[in-house]
Amino acid sequence: MSESMKYMRQGRLPHIWCPGCGHGTVTGALTRAIARLKLDKNKTIIVSGIGCSSRAPGYLDFDTLHTAHGRAIAFATGIKVAKPELKVIVLTGDGDCTAIGGNHFIHAARRNIDITTIVMNNNIYGMTSGQYSPMTPKGFLATTAPYGNVERSFDLSKLAIAAGATYVGRATTYHVQLLTDLIEKALLNKGFSVIEAVTQCPTYLGRKNKLGSAVDMLNWFKDGAVNVKAASALPPERLAGKFLIGELHAAPEPEFTEVYGNVVSQVQRKFDQFQGGVRGCEQNSD
Amino acid sequence: MAEKKTFKHIIREKWCKGCNICVAFCPKQVLILKKGKVFAEHPELCIGCHLCEFRCPDFAIEVLEEGANGKNERDASDLDYAISPEADHA
Repeated sequence: MSESMKYMRQGRLPHIWCPGCGHGTVTGALTRAIARLKLDKNKTIIVSGIGCSSRAPGYLDFDTLHTAHGRAIAFATGIKVAKPELKVIVLTGDGDCTAIGGNHFIHAARRNIDITTIVMNNNIYGMTSGQYSPMTPKGFLATTAPYGNVERSFDLSKLAIAAGATYVGRATTYHVQLLTDLIEKALLNKGFSVIEAVTQCPTYLGRKNKLGSAVDMLNWFKDGAVNVKAASALPPERLAGKFLIGELHAAPEPEFTEVYGNVVSQVQRKFDQFQGGVRGCEQNSD
Repeated sequence: MAEKKTFKHIIREKWCKGCNICVAFCPKQVLILKKGKVFAEHPELCIGCHLCEFRCPDFAIEVLEEGANGKNERDASDLDYAISPEADHA
């Protein structure tokens, strides 16, 4: 048995995901990255919201938390602030993260709190039978868009970079080794890290849009993805209709719990040394 | 010349959902689907790239190296949860 399987709750398997669903691949990539870093099971918390992707912590042998829809990052922020020594990982889906939890997502990125967020982007709400999400590409069919989705979709990685995340990467379930490497680097980054894992939903997105089987969808990722290193050398017309994968952004910044902890200890010192007098004046005079 | 490495495939049929991803993306066509479950038809062609293992969404296949560098026996932990590989054709 490989090292990574020891991080799984094997008694819970086989999982509930459809045949060919990419969420299992992403979960596997996460356990492999964790096995490489040898993270302590008792010092790692995995938090998720609601959705297909958010079932993943049920199969992972850590302290796990399955929370309200879209609120995974909010719960994770609470955990991290209360116990900064813990490693907090959020597993979330595209609808969970960008629609219901969109505000939590951008503000966690803005704060640069040390949470690793893995967004399993299957471009649709799978669990509730295929409604379109903010990540469904324009023109795609969904249960709630039977004549095609007219809305433009988010570019999640660009959104994360703009909001202030300090490590942003994107990979697909076809590029699973890249995905594992990116997750490993994201876990090592001290700050808010976002990995957008593009996964296939053969049951809803695939069937509705005649994209074929899981294998055809993986071929679609293979043809559509361009590594960011290769893309810099390519002319813009060759990149039309493609999406970038790889390490999109890495710029370390001071981390929230560290900065906040410094402020707390400064204020505590000030109060400890307080000798009397009018408290408010003492505060204002220095 | 060094001895050619050989590999053994641990397949957990109970977990396999027959999605065909490992079969389609195996660079050496080692695997096939048999009665809707993965089966290592040509284990001697395996180059040990582990891509089937990495891409499998169901954690149903594992590639082990045999011989001097590899472990020969299956892990005892495989048996703990009654998920021992049924298609053991090593």
